[in-house]
Amino acid sequence: MLCSICKEKPATVHITQIVGDKAQKLDLCEECAKAKGVNDPSFAPADLMLGLGASQEIEQSAGGVETKCPRCGFSQADFKKSGRLGCSECYKTFAEGLEGLLKSMHKGTHHAGKVPEALRATREQSDRLKLLQKKLAKAIEDENFEQAAQLRDEIKQVTPRGTGLSVT
Amino acid sequence: MGTTPMKLDEFLISPAETARRHGPHDRIVMSSRVRLARNLKDAAFPGWAKKPERLKVLETIRPAVESLPELKDAFSDVMDNLTALDKQILVERHLISREHAAKGSGSGLVFNREESFCVMINEEDHLRMQALRPGLQLRQAWSAIDHLDTELEKKLDYAFNNELGYLTACPTNLGTAVRVSAMLHLPGLVLAEQINPIIQSVNKLGLAVRGLYGEGTEALGNVFQVSNQMTLGEGESAIVERLDKVLSQIIEHEENARQTLLEKKPKVVFNHIGRAYGILANAHSISSKETMNLLSLMRLGVDLGLFPAEERSAVDELFIVTQPAHLQKQFSDKLSAEERDLLRADMLRDRLKHVSRPNAKKGGSGLDKPANL
Repeated sequence: MLCSICKEKPATVHITQIVGDKAQKLDLCEECAKAKGVNDPSFAPADLMLGLGASQEIEQSAGGVETKCPRCGFSQADFKKSGRLGCSECYKTFAEGLEGLLKSMHKGTHHAGKVPEALRATREQSDRLKLLQKKLAKAIEDENFEQAAQLRDEIKQVTPRGTGLSVT
Repeated sequence: MGTTPMKLDEFLISPAETARRHGPHDRIVMSSRVRLARNLKDAAFPGWAKKPERLKVLETIRPAVESLPELKDAFSDVMDNLTALDKQILVERHLISREHAAKGSGSGLVFNREESFCVMINEEDHLRMQALRPGLQLRQAWSAIDHLDTELEKKLDYAFNNELGYLTACPTNLGTAVRVSAMLHLPGLVLAEQINPIIQSVNKLGLAVRGLYGEGTEALGNVFQVSNQMTLGEGESAIVERLDKVLSQIIEHEENARQTLLEKKPKVVFNHIGRAYGILANAHSISSKETMNLLSLMRLGVDLGLFPAEERSAVDELFIVTQPAHLQKQFSDKLSAEERDLLRADMLRDRLKHVSRPNAKKGGSGLDKPANL
């Protein structure tokens, strides 16, 4: 079995760690294990829970480790420690670092399931807006100005007044 | 909260009744479950919230859940009112997670009389609601919990984001925040030594295989939980359909494995089942783990016609009542592990004394038709 990090050397360190109620198995070569600080208590549970490199990915996002969620005070170090976030606002605060992580653990990065009834209309509207804007950009690129004008009018109609939803 | 504690054991369905419940494919699929995670928009997730905030969330969510018609006359209590033993009983009944059993003040639990809906408040997320069904009934479980969630969203302000869907404490649950799972009894695949390749190929499809009590637990009694892992980028129905398809294939493989074992290695199968019966019916001390593993073989014996079909519910009941917390509840919560092993053996000898020895001549008569490949 090869090391799950370098994929070169044989894995000699096998660990199963339970964090909360999640168990994760890792097979590492000695060097990578050392580099990851497996015997070191600072070994990030986030890496175990969410996959290797998760804590690094988070750290590399804008603001570095010092970033704190303005609403709940949760920090990147807290995420590294627990593998969980502090509040729903954290997804905005740490959006940049989370993006790659979500890509690696899920099928896609865009929600494709149920939407609360109350938000359904606005979601459909914003999806439609996005589509129209894409079409508009394409029309301008193709110098198809007649179609562009039509699309611009459509966008104006779809955009709710006074909501601050941007058309650009 | 100063509520009067509810009597849990008076509320829970008796193990005998639970064991008599039936559903499609229940020889192999013991139960189906769909769980949704939801959080309130304006509060920190339970793992980060301070106690007053958790209490506030509990006070907001609990009455909303109790007001649903599906949870009328439900069992509803705060976790601090439940004893450690009660919580363990609930884990053994698969109504709550081990994580929830560890919760105290600020967490709550609501489940209905049929035990078909169960809502954990302030587990890892503010809300973890699940629909449970006997046998293979993923679609039914999904539509039931979908309905409950739709009712609940009218009363609560969920944390939802257009791009990321339902926001959860752990990014692994983001999006639909759904976990669709089934509990499978796969003694045939284990005996035929085909279980590992099956687990590996199921894993490759992005599905998780876990043990009897969920994440991080071993597969006692040849019972495995299969569930989706990814929650973002795919709709709930697609997840349900995908899992359903994979489960149908696992069922087929299990049936084929049993058939092949009976044809090619009948003595091996009868030997395993006969020894299981011998030990269970005659032991004077037996651990919970050994009991589960041997009861699994007896259950296989019923499926294969070595024991009368009506013994299945007796076996399934023993699966429940021989677990540690259930034994303590029945006898005394001060029992040591050794004392439990003696009482467990007494119980098994007593219950199995009227079950006649496995009849290998009849073996095979109760087997499902070989599946068409």
